[in-house]
Amino acid sequence: MTDILLFKDIDEPGLNTIDVYERRGGYRALRKALQTPQADLVDQLKGSGLRGRGGAGFSMGMKASFLPQGEMQKYVVVNADESEPGTFKDRELMQKNPHQLIEGIVIAAYVVGATKSFIYIRGEYQHQADVLDAAIAEAYARGYLGADVLGSGVDCELTLHRGAGAYICGEETGLLDSLEGKRGNPRLKPPFPANQGLFQGPTLINNVETLSTVPHILELGAETYAEIGVANSSGTKLVSVSGNVQRPGNYEIELGMKSRDIIYGLAGGPPEGREVKLWFPGGSSSPVLTKDDLDLTYDFDTLAKSGTMLGSGAIIVVDDSQSVVDVCEKLAKFYAHESCGKCTPCREGTNWTVKMVGRIKDGTATPMDLDIMASVQDRIIGNCLCVLGDAMAMPVGSMIAKFRGEFEAEIEAARERRERAFMAEVAA
Amino acid sequence: MTIDPSQIARYDHGSRIPGWDDAADLEKDPAGIPDAASTPVPEDLRVEIEAAIAPFGHEHRRSAAIPALYAVQKRYGWCTPEGIEQAACVLQVTPGELTAVATFYDMLETRPVGRNTVYVCTNISCSLCGADELLAALRAEVGDDPDFNLRGFECLGACDIAPMASVNGDYVGPITLDEVPALVAQIRAGEEPLPARQLTARRSADPKAAGSDA
Repeated sequence: MTDILLFKDIDEPGLNTIDVYERRGGYRALRKALQTPQADLVDQLKGSGLRGRGGAGFSMGMKASFLPQGEMQKYVVVNADESEPGTFKDRELMQKNPHQLIEGIVIAAYVVGATKSFIYIRGEYQHQADVLDAAIAEAYARGYLGADVLGSGVDCELTLHRGAGAYICGEETGLLDSLEGKRGNPRLKPPFPANQGLFQGPTLINNVETLSTVPHILELGAETYAEIGVANSSGTKLVSVSGNVQRPGNYEIELGMKSRDIIYGLAGGPPEGREVKLWFPGGSSSPVLTKDDLDLTYDFDTLAKSGTMLGSGAIIVVDDSQSVVDVCEKLAKFYAHESCGKCTPCREGTNWTVKMVGRIKDGTATPMDLDIMASVQDRIIGNCLCVLGDAMAMPVGSMIAKFRGEFEAEIEAARERRERAFMAEVAA
Repeated sequence: MTIDPSQIARYDHGSRIPGWDDAADLEKDPAGIPDAASTPVPEDLRVEIEAAIAPFGHEHRRSAAIPALYAVQKRYGWCTPEGIEQAACVLQVTPGELTAVATFYDMLETRPVGRNTVYVCTNISCSLCGADELLAALRAEVGDDPDFNLRGFECLGACDIAPMASVNGDYVGPITLDEVPALVAQIRAGEEPLPARQLTARRSADPKAAGSDA
């Protein structure tokens, strides 16, 4: 079974140019798609079982089928605002194989009947944005983009839009507001973007990896693609492994691989003499797992059953030389900084969590504070417009639940440090 | 760091917040769309912003807010009030709408900064690999050089080269502490930062990706 699609020959020199991409069979899937009725393509996408690769894992075919039929202006928006800590797969895809993404966008735009498409790329990815801009210009010149794509009568305009550094713009409705030139505040859902998205028009929003997979599904055929991976998690997935591992990087895996084989086999495991203490299976927003969970298979359903999620496919490994309290503090500070401030539970809850972790570290906390932290999490989850607050609450809650002893030891140790410092001051 | 509120002085009006007793001038009109006749806009800035509006069309011209502010920042070094006024004039929106955008995003500067932008990722993966020490070493090496805009930044999406920094947009990493003086010297001299450590030179980590049918 093939387990390399997206990353096939990714390091081939010049793969980012249209000549090399076409020579390797690029844009063949687009030609095929343009001669297929849209309804058939939606069925193929549904049949392939492709689930969104950005974090939520929602069926891409279903999402495409939610867009209304009719003559109104529709849009395709590509979420390239890859800001989830630990995730860097889209960066490599866009930098090394931009035409694969463009081909996927044109196919998706044809499927839903959108004539305008936008790629929203995070502002920090300046080199990747330059590569994409050059690739878009090449695709226009060859007639894959613009009016009357390849003589099919289909129009497809594509524009690259650079963000300016805000994690919340990776949330789909926050991204839409940012693309409309406002602050990136998420919107109330429903209405979902499929009905009222960009400029209030029906909008299909997908992640870079999801759209890059679309040409491969049409090339292989939906049934063949659905056979890759395991039930309900079909296909290949890019995983970004980072943290305390010997060979950090992006790896393309067949879904359903054993997590141990990814962390130890592909990424080389923690440095010599160290052990895995905890790991985030799907970016920093996913509840943590421990070394006892390394034998779980890496797919959507298994991880969901274990109380966590596959998320964006970013595995962050923390080894036993690190303090879980420090990791918790970094995490809480990140979400407090990135909270857009629109909903009170998230804006206040993230900041109070930072303060409480700070109290643990400066020795003014009591073990009761851990329960207060847990209760703050209960008040955030499900009470905001988007899941940014939940994304802090869940991993922090899971760290306290799984490493409570270590938190309590740190509270005690910090209190002693503080008392000793105070006594030294009095004595001086 | 704990702040002791009792140590913060109160103003004459009794509050610790300046301007608490300044009444809003209700006679004054809210700032409207700047008048093109009284707002001189440099020609190159106007051309750049109009090019950014083009893909969206006049109806959705506000979408060009971020590119317009980037253009202002490129020209003036940061999003100056005058620059925002000029961009607002071209975009036909109020300056307030652009200020709201400029204050939201981390990469748009709302006060004067040095021209060399160095973002050091201090998020989880990088800090596990020593990013906090890297940032401290860079801070010490840069000192109070006004040419530098050195900041700790949230995840830059390059955890494979941790600990890393984005130097004027170029991703560099992994950076060891001994390389810090050389890196800062290269930035000061306007040279390529650590060419061998740049992300663009890095090959994929996946062994299967390295030419499976080559």
